[in-house]
Amino acid sequence: MTASRLATGGSAIDRSHPIRFSFDGATVHGFAGDTIASALLAGDVAVVGRSFKYHRPRGIWGAGVEEPNALVDIGGLRATPNTRATTEPARDGLVARSVNATPSALADRNAFLDRFARFIPAAFYYKTFMWPEWHRFEPRIRAMAGLGKVDADWASPGTADQVNHHCDVLVVGAGPAGLAAARLAADAGLSVTLVDDQQNPGGSLGHRAGEIDGKPAAAWIAETVAALASAGHLILPSTTAFGIYDHNLVGLNQRHFDGRPDTLWRVRPRRIVLATGAIERPLPFANNDLPGILSADAALAYLRRHAVLVGRRIVVATNNDSAYETAGALAEAGAEVRLVDLRRDGTPNAPANVRLIKGRALASASGKLRVDGVTLDDGTKLDADCVLISGGWTPTIHLFGQAKGKLAWSEARAAFLPGDPVDGIAVVGAAAGAVSLSEVFAGAGTAVASLGQTKAALPPRSTGPEATGGITAAWPLPGSKGRIWIDYQNDVTVKDVELAARENFVSVEHLKRYTTLGMATDQGKTSNLPGLALMAGITGRTVPEVGTTTYRPPFTPVPLASFAGARVGELMAPVRRLPLENVHRSSGAVFQEYGGWLRPAHYGGNADSERSIADEARRARQSVALFDGSTLGKIEVIGLQAAAFVDFLYYNTMSTLKPGRCRYGFMLSENGVVFDDGVLVRLDEQRFVVSCSSSHVAAVHARLEEWRQDRFGHGAVYIHNATSDMATLTVSGPNARKLLEMLELGLSLDDADLPHMAIGHGIYAGDEVRIARVSFTGDRSYEISIRADRAEPLWAQLRQAGQTFDAVVIGLEALMILRAEKGFIVIGKDTDGTTLPHDLGVDGPRTKRQTEFVGRRSLFTEEASRDNRMQLVGLTVPQGEAPLPTGAHGIKRIDGRLRSQGFVTSSYQSPTLGRPVALGLIERGAARHGETIDIQHLGKISKATITAPCAFNPAGDRLHA
Amino acid sequence: MQLFPCPFCGPRDETEFHYGGDAGNIRPDGADVPIDRWADYLYLRTNPKGTAREIWVHMTCGEFFVMERDTVSHKVLSSAALGGEHAA
Ligand SMILES: [Zn+2]
Repeated sequence: MTASRLATGGSAIDRSHPIRFSFDGATVHGFAGDTIASALLAGDVAVVGRSFKYHRPRGIWGAGVEEPNALVDIGGLRATPNTRATTEPARDGLVARSVNATPSALADRNAFLDRFARFIPAAFYYKTFMWPEWHRFEPRIRAMAGLGKVDADWASPGTADQVNHHCDVLVVGAGPAGLAAARLAADAGLSVTLVDDQQNPGGSLGHRAGEIDGKPAAAWIAETVAALASAGHLILPSTTAFGIYDHNLVGLNQRHFDGRPDTLWRVRPRRIVLATGAIERPLPFANNDLPGILSADAALAYLRRHAVLVGRRIVVATNNDSAYETAGALAEAGAEVRLVDLRRDGTPNAPANVRLIKGRALASASGKLRVDGVTLDDGTKLDADCVLISGGWTPTIHLFGQAKGKLAWSEARAAFLPGDPVDGIAVVGAAAGAVSLSEVFAGAGTAVASLGQTKAALPPRSTGPEATGGITAAWPLPGSKGRIWIDYQNDVTVKDVELAARENFVSVEHLKRYTTLGMATDQGKTSNLPGLALMAGITGRTVPEVGTTTYRPPFTPVPLASFAGARVGELMAPVRRLPLENVHRSSGAVFQEYGGWLRPAHYGGNADSERSIADEARRARQSVALFDGSTLGKIEVIGLQAAAFVDFLYYNTMSTLKPGRCRYGFMLSENGVVFDDGVLVRLDEQRFVVSCSSSHVAAVHARLEEWRQDRFGHGAVYIHNATSDMATLTVSGPNARKLLEMLELGLSLDDADLPHMAIGHGIYAGDEVRIARVSFTGDRSYEISIRADRAEPLWAQLRQAGQTFDAVVIGLEALMILRAEKGFIVIGKDTDGTTLPHDLGVDGPRTKRQTEFVGRRSLFTEEASRDNRMQLVGLTVPQGEAPLPTGAHGIKRIDGRLRSQGFVTSSYQSPTLGRPVALGLIERGAARHGETIDIQHLGKISKATITAPCAFNPAGDRLHA
Repeated sequence: MQLFPCPFCGPRDETEFHYGGDAGNIRPDGADVPIDRWADYLYLRTNPKGTAREIWVHMTCGEFFVMERDTVSHKVLSSAALGGEHAA
């Protein structure tokens, strides 16, 4: 190939703006308006990449999204791997590297693999992985796998915008069909959005002849676009409609060339017009993958758009009429052109200065790093520095297929066309099998008329010479000689498809998985149809009988950044924050996430955190501790049937609770499993507060709503989640009451007035406060709830008053130790998805309750009554030993085999007791207190003795101390 | 992404909704409900191919409602508040 840039012409390039970039370290010159591919071709760079499996040298095939070979990694700020050189604009200073090639595409050191090709047929790696010792090969295989390289140091320059958009009609594709349809729809009074993946509108009219309404195509394109734009319709160039999802949501990815990340559009149009064009197919002949063998249509595009003449001595091989325009144009541009048409009859006339050879096909191509000639099927040899192929056109019906559109096989077009229409979607132009501009415009007119608008406008008229669509199918044939490539990107040959058929992978989906036909970045845009047509030939079926693989988004690769949008970093899963977060930070709190909340784990900074936690837990028992419990659920249940409602929702009877009192209880799931635990507060006859676990508020709230609406009715109760309305500050310890007495709270703290499990109402600095005597530590505790925005002065005064008592501020880690010392459980940690309430020692309601509650029936199954259920226990270790690892299993030996009999759920070193404390779920545990069992962790066995869950102050008098 | 018609808010993206199970899966009350009946209530689902009547909740307004949709074509046939009035 001796490609070159012509001195004049090129509708897309701006010769006054020369640019330079690097490819595999070499400098490439071009002009603004070039793609990387057109600039490489202009510089006569033949080898631009290496094939996936055999590392065969590969050149540019196409001029658009279908490109299987010319993939490059773009470096720098907007680094992108596996970019198609044919769609990537060349930019000054850009750094591009070939993929799958070391050190360069031209001198790739893995090129030797091609000589072993017959030892690595389709499914070679699948079979290798089934060898017993495949791990020996794994590192080498992994090193060779994949195409482009991801830059590990790459950091996003920003987040991608995401736009939601609505319109009457979304037109995908701004070629002749799309432009005509958009204009017709706009003239009929509909709001139109027109998207196209090219930077400039026009589609095939950018390089194929056409005269419309008496004007040159370029003038008609400019006029149509101007009319749409001035009427306020949205036109998005460089934007790919990559997917149609349920209910006709269309995903668009819009590129920018100013350093911004791409923009994702979610469009909800009333109607969709697909004007997505068609893609040219290769022809089957031996060595049809050599560099210098291109799509004929691509060569015409490079000539007319970029003034690049792809060769001097060109062979054009075809089975259809479309290559004739290409052959004529190349001859006119000065190349020697031989046009080989496999059809004997019914061909168009030979273009001027083109030698037409009828009734012949290519048998093979020759050359090493680029093609140097071809041999016809009669043995004739032709010299060539470039071979152009047109094997017919495959309509781009991916989006129609994604929308679950059925395809219909057309023998006349040798292609699948859209079949029965899909609601809300019309397909026009080459995507619908139209060839001439007259057909294209007539189809656009029909499609827009079908949108149901009364105001009809006339479609444009084609006034120039018309393209014809004559074709004789030329599919790859079984038993062909030589290495005939079907899928360039995945190195799938005719022999690989034959092997798949022999091994009975004849379904088209199996063929794809077995050979990788149609996978990877190009998704088989040039290879799928030839591959399945070959399978049809091998298995004696027709092409429609073989069918296509399922069309799935995306049509072309979309950056993950587009899908992520702003949902990156902290915004990926935003944490909930305490009203007093900043106050805690200035007190040296170290924050961690607990169940979606960012909470102080402990205070005293990061240094020696274990000691800080132990100090907090020890001092909390000695005098008094302050703790921010604002995350605790506060869901109000209000209404005439509130008492009946909480009775139904709770395992425990709650309607007997007196106003002003609290009761601890479980909520179960309908399968009887403990779902949440917590304290229910009764404010008055018709008003309760569900104080559920911090991380469970949303789930409990949803459950209350569901039962309210589904069982009790909208008017029976009202539910209000007031969790974040109020901050809850907890004072706990032997000196808790003394500390509170130093504050002016406007209520009596006398135990007769405010006993354990009661609430009181006070006023602090003019704001109502609710004080609940509930305890998660086992010590006398007061939970003070106050408006979240007024919590800071109260907290400050609690700390101030606390100085008198050597009060300690504790984080969640110390609280976990305190509650474990008492045997208080955390649902989901000390329970699992099988734990029933009686497994936790709470059997009363199960045996006594007569009224209905959630999960009731499930407590009386065989499974619920099994005598070897896992039950909550405490576990102690021999003196001097370290705490048990959480998750370690209690084991026993049955017939010489180790078997689990439960596991450790919580385990801490108790600074107050001076020994480890642990909780666990152990088989029959409640009846085995005092028994010593084996505990296994990572192969090591230690001893533990089963005890009651409560290790500290079992008498419970500290609650009142 | 499907568009579901909340009877209270109109068409909204499916990501705003949660599935709530088969409509008409009536809860049997009592500790002595036959165990097979209880197991059916807990676990047996019709999983129809075609028209399905389902409970959904629109999380942004918190309302549960009944929606009829086709599990093959994903066409929404109707949606109605639990009270019964039609909205789709
Ligand atoms: Zn709603």
